[in-house]
Amino acid sequence: MADPAFGRQVAYCGVCTLPPEYCEYGGTVKKCQEWLQKSHPDMYARIWSPEALEAATASLSVEAQERAAKDAKKKAAKAEAAEQKQADKLANSVVTIKRIERNKRKFVTAVSGLEAFGLDLKKVAKDFGKKFATGSSVTKVPSGGEEIVVQGDVSDEIEEFLLEKYKDIPEDNIELVDDKKSKKAAAAAG
Amino acid sequence: MFKKDLTASPKQKLKSSIQRSLRQSLLTTYPLLTPHIDDVLPKKSSLEQMKLPDRVSLYVIEGQPLFYQEGGGVIVPHLKLVHRFPHAFPTIRIDRGAIRFVLSGATLMAPGLTSKGGRLPDPNTKPVLQPRPAPKEGEEEGPSIPDEGADEEGHWSRELEKGEPVVVMAEGKETACAVGILVMGTKECKEKGKGPVIEEGHYLGDGLWRLITE
Ligand SMILES: [Zn+2]
Repeated sequence: MADPAFGRQVAYCGVCTLPPEYCEYGGTVKKCQEWLQKSHPDMYARIWSPEALEAATASLSVEAQERAAKDAKKKAAKAEAAEQKQADKLANSVVTIKRIERNKRKFVTAVSGLEAFGLDLKKVAKDFGKKFATGSSVTKVPSGGEEIVVQGDVSDEIEEFLLEKYKDIPEDNIELVDDKKSKKAAAAAG
Repeated sequence: MFKKDLTASPKQKLKSSIQRSLRQSLLTTYPLLTPHIDDVLPKKSSLEQMKLPDRVSLYVIEGQPLFYQEGGGVIVPHLKLVHRFPHAFPTIRIDRGAIRFVLSGATLMAPGLTSKGGRLPDPNTKPVLQPRPAPKEGEEEGPSIPDEGADEEGHWSRELEKGEPVVVMAEGKETACAVGILVMGTKECKEKGKGPVIEEGHYLGDGLWRLITE
């Protein structure tokens, strides 16, 4: 990592992504501090030392300090609400793995809903292709979104692979669907 | 400019002629980047473009954001590039009180720069010049680099004009917090002491900062 050609390596906060000396301006100060103390104890000692904190407030008027404190509180509340919203969204998001019969005994498997879990569909499609040694691509769906279409019937394998590789997706949020073309045909015939 | 989360087009490789002309404008705009240009734009990697809303293009190399440009306008460095080469860009500094406003996307106003904690260029100062790396074996010494830079106190050594890009440092912090284009020259800023100085820029935590470029 210490490559002089890269220039200076600035460590970024693992929680709010800013340089740690700016964590105080985000809404996740507590979490940022915990992360920094664990990951970069030396930096933590420097940034959050009593002397540094005093220098930080000394140059502000009491009034400005009060305003800043109020602002920080508001931000923290906002960040918490956003986090809760995101958690709720994840809890209600479903990944659908659908087996579709294209021709007689020819299947494709369509996977939708992965983007809700922050996954890059192109990357995942590539992973599928490699893992199952089969065609796999991102295609648009009429409703406006995108899904991954994998050649062949690999529904179970995909479920297993997702659970293993992308731990953010709870097992209960994966849904397997069988889209049989012949069903209708069979019903009509019957 | 990037207050909201951004959606970007997929990365697109640029023709080598376009890469070359971008390299040239980067050097013209930021001569102090000259000794580092092969590190910023390694010859064997190709520069990619991501189109952002409002005719803004972001340029990326090996997943690293480098700089952005609105329309065919001035090339502005991404803060991650500024953090890598902090001495290569003209700077001004805001006082501590102004930081939280800038980080919420507010217009940067003159008083945040003219106060005790702020810094504006001072042509009477002697910049601390970065030693230039020795030329690699078999290489000639590159083109000359202007003798500009910031002094120990953080004063840039040349007045900056309206329309010039500038990096915003902050009192008590080592890393830059914003970058943008001046809507008021630094000399006028000192004389007037009020009014907007940077209206729309790129700041830590904004949509451009959060955009995934890997
Ligand atoms: Zn943080």
